[in-house]
Amino acid sequence: MTMCLGVPGKVVEVFRNELGLLFGKVQFGGIVKEVNLSYTPDVKVGDYVVVHVGFAISKIDEEEARQVFAFLERMGDLEGLEQEMGGDASG
Amino acid sequence: MKFVDEYRNPRMARKLVAYIRQRSSRPWSIMEICGGQTHTLIRYGIDELLEGAVELIHGPGCPVCVTPLEKIDRALAIASRENVIFTTFGDMMRVPGSRGDLLSAKARGADVRMVYSPLDALNLARSHPEKEVVFFAVGFETTAPANAMAVWMAAQEGITNFSVLVSHVLVPPAIRALMDDPETEIRGFIAPGHVCTVMGYVEYEALAREYDVPFVVAGFEPLDLLQGIAMLVDLLEEGKAEVQNQYTRSVCREGNPHARALMEKVFAVTDMTWRGIGTIPASGLKLRPEFEAFDAEKRFAVSDLSTRESPVCIAGAILQGKKKPPDCPAFARECTPENPLGAPMVSSEGACAAYYAFRRFREART
Ligand code: SF4
Repeated sequence: MTMCLGVPGKVVEVFRNELGLLFGKVQFGGIVKEVNLSYTPDVKVGDYVVVHVGFAISKIDEEEARQVFAFLERMGDLEGLEQEMGGDASG
Repeated sequence: MKFVDEYRNPRMARKLVAYIRQRSSRPWSIMEICGGQTHTLIRYGIDELLEGAVELIHGPGCPVCVTPLEKIDRALAIASRENVIFTTFGDMMRVPGSRGDLLSAKARGADVRMVYSPLDALNLARSHPEKEVVFFAVGFETTAPANAMAVWMAAQEGITNFSVLVSHVLVPPAIRALMDDPETEIRGFIAPGHVCTVMGYVEYEALAREYDVPFVVAGFEPLDLLQGIAMLVDLLEEGKAEVQNQYTRSVCREGNPHARALMEKVFAVTDMTWRGIGTIPASGLKLRPEFEAFDAEKRFAVSDLSTRESPVCIAGAILQGKKKPPDCPAFARECTPENPLGAPMVSSEGACAAYYAFRRFREART
């Protein structure tokens, strides 16, 4: 694991523990983990969160994410250049 | 996985590479602070795709790498005590101290356990009231709210057999230290997306003005970094020292107010030594007096800590972006992930480990 790594996951359950702290179950691919949601008190089931060492540090803004992709798609006028390049960043 | 896979789309990556190469009029030196971003850049060969357009300088944002040797030695001393369960993130296990690492202490019988979250350490304290459970609280601003929560919960619940060995560092003072070096070649920064998720980027706006350099807050996937670099090259070409945010799906300007509030309640800013770099004023966190009862350094007096670094390791120069791993004579020879001489070869956020994992031996062999 890496220390500043944050992994996006889907909230599948929200509950409070014995002390009244907000927790949830978050799904990452096939794995479900218990995550502290104290720092994202507004999350609901179905939201995506960025999780770092057992804590959700942000709720992912899906609208913002969509806009970035719309912007990237619009870079169509660069298709010509792309042919010249031919590099592959997919590793 | 949603919010991961689509950010690895090779077609869009090629577009961005083409855009950056076309836009850049000279090889701009830009630094990515965060080791997680270094890892992605090296893994996907983004630095090589952009050769000639941008020179990527790897920064000090590897928490494992900058944790001072003195703290590692202190951790080893505390972990070796009779009734202690010493807990740590996995990355810290192999970091070389002056005499061995936590993994070798464990092999010699110390009760050292890897945990995924500081709350796991707190759970161990609850279930082992007869033991002292110590957690190695390292990391940047991303991790500080999690560690603050563990201490705060222990205080609320009156758990007395839990303590933390704190070694927290802050990014903006390190940027200041890098830019105060008159020989710096850095012309722009990729700001760390998860640190800014917690802290926001108001502090970076002040740095941009003060040092006349642009910042772009970016995420961790290949498209995040390529788009961030494209935005940064735009700013550099236009001569604008502004802060822009690429990672808008996670970062807002003010950061996460809930996380910041608890972090500020539990921790206070202090001077801090960065391994390989030295002391940077106001660049670390320590427990506030109200929470000092949870300070492992106060609970376990350790005397006679004489530190000793490997004489060949050039981690300091690497963490400051002055050298790259293949410049180190020990890289991939005496120093490998199996036998690390320095911390940057240990963590996947360390530049040496990233270059090794993705077989960047070329320059070292010539
Ligand atoms: S390769 Fe090893 S010895 Fe060289 S700087 Fe990196 S960690 Fe230190």
